[in-house]
Amino acid sequence: MIDIGLGHYLTLGAVIFSIGVIGIFLNRKNIIVILMSIELILLAVNINLVAFSIYLGDLAGQVFTLFILTVAAAEAAIGLAIIVVYFRNSGTIRVEEIDKLKG
Amino acid sequence: MIAHAIFFYTFSIIAVVSAIMVTASKNTVHSVFFLILDFISISCLFIMIGAEFLGMIMLIVYVGAVAVLFLFVVMMLNVAQQKNQWFAGQSTSKHIPVGLIISTLIFFEIIIVIGGWKYKPEIFDINNSLANTSVSNTHSLGQILYTDYIHVFQISGMILLVAMIGAIVLTFRQRSGVKRQSYIKQISRERVEGVEVLEVQSNKGVKIDD
Repeated sequence: MIDIGLGHYLTLGAVIFSIGVIGIFLNRKNIIVILMSIELILLAVNINLVAFSIYLGDLAGQVFTLFILTVAAAEAAIGLAIIVVYFRNSGTIRVEEIDKLKG
Repeated sequence: MIAHAIFFYTFSIIAVVSAIMVTASKNTVHSVFFLILDFISISCLFIMIGAEFLGMIMLIVYVGAVAVLFLFVVMMLNVAQQKNQWFAGQSTSKHIPVGLIISTLIFFEIIIVIGGWKYKPEIFDINNSLANTSVSNTHSLGQILYTDYIHVFQISGMILLVAMIGAIVLTFRQRSGVKRQSYIKQISRERVEGVEVLEVQSNKGVKIDD
């Protein structure tokens, strides 16, 4: 309990990952919160990679965390641009009302 | 060791609670603020564990850029005050058990994986030479980032370029009826087009507006 090891960090990553998945499934508000849940999931992945990188003494995990940060920033920019265009066209970004694809 | 435990539990509890609040908060602006708090506490954890470069990059990239982008979009779209219950109504409530089952399943799978790691303690001390070196984290990261991973680094730059162009192309809108300044027209203007010399006859004057 007092000795903080690799398992503690992995558990923290698992908890945040699960919260992100719950946020995607339970969200009824708008799509922006779903994008934020995806950011939470990527954050949990980053926690896992950094924890393994520190405890195994291998820097490759931190390098890949850097690239995950890059891809997450690009994804947030593109996703928010798509949301802005959709809101301009249809006037809503509520999850229930986005049903043009009949899903 | 005690201080490590105290800091770990403080920051991780803050991170988990703010992650819950990101998904459960009714106001979207509050969700963005809790997302910022989450990123800050996780970057504190990174700095504490020894990955200080990533912690700082996380602060700059997420808190400085991505979260502000989220906040900007939320406020621009004016959806912050939608007072909807975050649990669904009758028509959409069939998603909730599926979501709960899947997320608890994922959580227990990851926990099982961690439990499997605990029974292999010899994997952990392969080479823990990273913490003992005199080179700082940023220095060693830069040494392998620009040599071994240079191609991946440049590809990530290309990804950022594509994302930038994509966001501009998606949100660009050509409006009609907007007067723009045209430098080419301004510079290439000749004296003949601008100035006209007229013979003014007395008692008649000149019509300017023709």
